[in-house]
Amino acid sequence: MPNLRPIRVLVAKPGLDGHDRGAKIIARALRDAGMEVIYTGIRQTPEMIVEAAIQEDVDAILMSILSGAHMALFPRVMELLKHNNVDDILVAAGGILPDEDVPAIKAMGIKGCFGPGTSTEEIIKFVRENIHPERLKTEV
Amino acid sequence: MQNIVQRLLDGDRRALARMITLIENEVPAAHRYLAELHRHAGRAHIIGVTGAPGAGKSTLVTQLVRELRQREHKIGVVAVDPSSPFTGGALLGDRIRMMELAGDPNVFIRSMASRGSSGGLASSTGDVVRAMDAAGFDPIIIETIGTGQAEVEVMHSAHTVLVVYAPGMGDEIQAIKAGILEIADIFVVSKADKPGADQAAAQLSMLLGLDPNRRKGPWRIPILKTSALKTQGIVEVVDAMQQHLTVLKESGMLAQRAQRQARSEVQALILHAVMQALKTRVSEDEWSALVEAITVGERDPYSVAGELLERIRLREE
Repeated sequence: MPNLRPIRVLVAKPGLDGHDRGAKIIARALRDAGMEVIYTGIRQTPEMIVEAAIQEDVDAILMSILSGAHMALFPRVMELLKHNNVDDILVAAGGILPDEDVPAIKAMGIKGCFGPGTSTEEIIKFVRENIHPERLKTEV
Repeated sequence: MQNIVQRLLDGDRRALARMITLIENEVPAAHRYLAELHRHAGRAHIIGVTGAPGAGKSTLVTQLVRELRQREHKIGVVAVDPSSPFTGGALLGDRIRMMELAGDPNVFIRSMASRGSSGGLASSTGDVVRAMDAAGFDPIIIETIGTGQAEVEVMHSAHTVLVVYAPGMGDEIQAIKAGILEIADIFVVSKADKPGADQAAAQLSMLLGLDPNRRKGPWRIPILKTSALKTQGIVEVVDAMQQHLTVLKESGMLAQRAQRQARSEVQALILHAVMQALKTRVSEDEWSALVEAITVGERDPYSVAGELLERIRLREE
């Protein structure tokens, strides 16, 4: 049987910036691409994001951040995932991420970095193509 | 890796989360897992929360969970939102109001998309509740999609149904009368800090007074006002939920509904199995030929159905 289950994605806003138009546009675009999108709302701690990702058993976490605190918050999210033995969730980030930080962000295990001007199609394609194969298994 | 059922029973949150995914996706192994879980389920008090979009369901659920945590409960929440009928996608936003609860290991929240099911729930919501029940969560709160008049499916899954009604909805009170009004065990008038809450409660009270079902057996349906803004009325709602469960138990209604539920579950599983058998044993080409024969008048639907049913029976493994 072909695997037709919807992809589940958590769209999260870590940190204190209150501007979530971008996150909502992404959430909406993923929804229209047939995915089930859990949106957490603004001002989330890394603990909240990781706990939500675990309970919702998502295939991907997309974090949007504009405040500049990404180098403090992203490592914490990745650390908490590791601490909970989560190694099969795709993590990507978007927002205002200076070019010089991108290599460090990717080195944390965050697979995609998407700045302003990225098309929603690009993000949809990225999510579809990078889901961990373990996630598509139907028996555990 | 240890068996997922065992890990779930041992309290592993990730095992529960993955189990729910397998149930939602209706993987072949899910029924086997559920059969094992069934022995460990059946303990939880299952509470349904329903009402129109924007009535304040998620906010109420958040407050109820907070109060239940004070009372040392371990709480499961299943929040259902609609899937798009066009793309199958969904935006599950109930967590936004519940995020303050995230991080508490004694609260497990799962968002579900309705995946084409009508009635206010997803078709697998009952099985997801069973998995949470087996994992030791009690009570379990089911939040339905924002309902209109007839999405009353939650009454089959929950022991206690809360209908949330916000003031200022005017004439809609008439509109909900036929469907939703009948399934409430407890009415909650939300946003009681807003003008109109007293009138809404009075209107409900009047409508209930006209309704011979105001009393469900020995249970008298209360109308309770809450304000999330002023954190008022929540203790009373939780008290009423617990009293309702006691009344169900003492009156024997709980046992009756367990029997009803067992019966309808077996029937639903059989229907599902029949449909699956049809899918696997009748090829798409044969379907097309039969459909064509019916539409041109060579055959009729009744004899075709009889023939196919006979085939499933004869070929049973």
